[in-house]
Amino acid sequence: MHDRGGWATAEPIVREDHELADWEVLMDAIFGALGARGVMNVDELRRGIESMPPEEYERASYYERWLYSVESILEEKGVLDR
Amino acid sequence: MSFEGGQRVRISGRSHGGHHRTPDYVKGKTGTIVLSHGPFTNPETRAYGHDGLPEQQLYLVALAGDTKDRVYVDVYEHWLEEAE
Amino acid sequence: MSHDHEHDHEPVAESPVATRVRLLADRLVDEGIVTREELRKRMDWLVSRDPADGARLVARAWVDPEFKARLLGDAREAALEVGLDPGPSPVVVALENTEDVHHMVVCTLCSCYPKALLGPPPDWYKSLPYRSRAVSDPRGVLREFGVELSDDIEVRVVDSTANVRYLVIPCRPAGTDGMDEDELVPLITRDSMIGVAHAREPAAV
Repeated sequence: MHDRGGWATAEPIVREDHELADWEVLMDAIFGALGARGVMNVDELRRGIESMPPEEYERASYYERWLYSVESILEEKGVLDR
Repeated sequence: MSFEGGQRVRISGRSHGGHHRTPDYVKGKTGTIVLSHGPFTNPETRAYGHDGLPEQQLYLVALAGDTKDRVYVDVYEHWLEEAE
Repeated sequence: MSHDHEHDHEPVAESPVATRVRLLADRLVDEGIVTREELRKRMDWLVSRDPADGARLVARAWVDPEFKARLLGDAREAALEVGLDPGPSPVVVALENTEDVHHMVVCTLCSCYPKALLGPPPDWYKSLPYRSRAVSDPRGVLREFGVELSDDIEVRVVDSTANVRYLVIPCRPAGTDGMDEDELVPLITRDSMIGVAHAREPAAV
């Protein structure tokens, strides 16, 4: 689901952008801090994102995927109990 | 395996169930080595909490194509084989 | 936007995802896993990233051929040389557009991007259509961005699948010969350093 190269799509590229919301900047910082401290790494982040159920993956925004991944990976590693 | 710039290679068509950074659209394709970026930890093992060692050479590969246009992709050495 | 004075004081409801992120941060801080200060520093860093940084590298390469050679040899070192923060990626590579080759960068697997030098990536770069079509229909994508290239130019799409970050050096536009670095920087747009646009002509600024 994450591996999109060459997928047939007639969808046009919507040339939009938005200024990052505070929660998105915070999410970026959370992973950055966890990475710098060796709590989780970027390969785990990507693996966590790839583990999302396909419908959730498609529906989620970029940093929502990061949130899903960080929550899952931290739980898996026992850093945070749910 | 190590490769030289200009060498023709084939990207493995094998399937890999876990995390890996070789996109499906490049698997099984031939190409040419553009350059080596040097050694990097292996994302396939590092994604599961291991240290990603031993490091693998990462190569920029120019995929073969029918038109003048090209797709270049970064591929780890353990996904590459010599091609004729 | 309402001009009613009362509405100016109405708090905007926090979305569920924003709440989850805030609570996650609180937990990580409370449990001593990260500090509030390092989160704040990282947030400040991200919002202060500016594509003008990447543009400075390009402008200097345009006016100084020896710097350009260093930029092409090791963009990470070249950024450090200019006093810029190249970011956490161990390798940054500059891709030079010429009259024969036009580069375009994508990350089909996720959305890898040189955000230290260009700021956070635009939504369209992270979008599923861009990630799909950049490698299978680059000229179609370029056309949507208003760029038409002749058939004797090679469009070279670079898929950053690993931890190398790529930055495009767009062609220097005509009519810029007398301009210095500071004057050139505004012509070098973020989109031209991704590879979906040309640098601006001076008259267009």
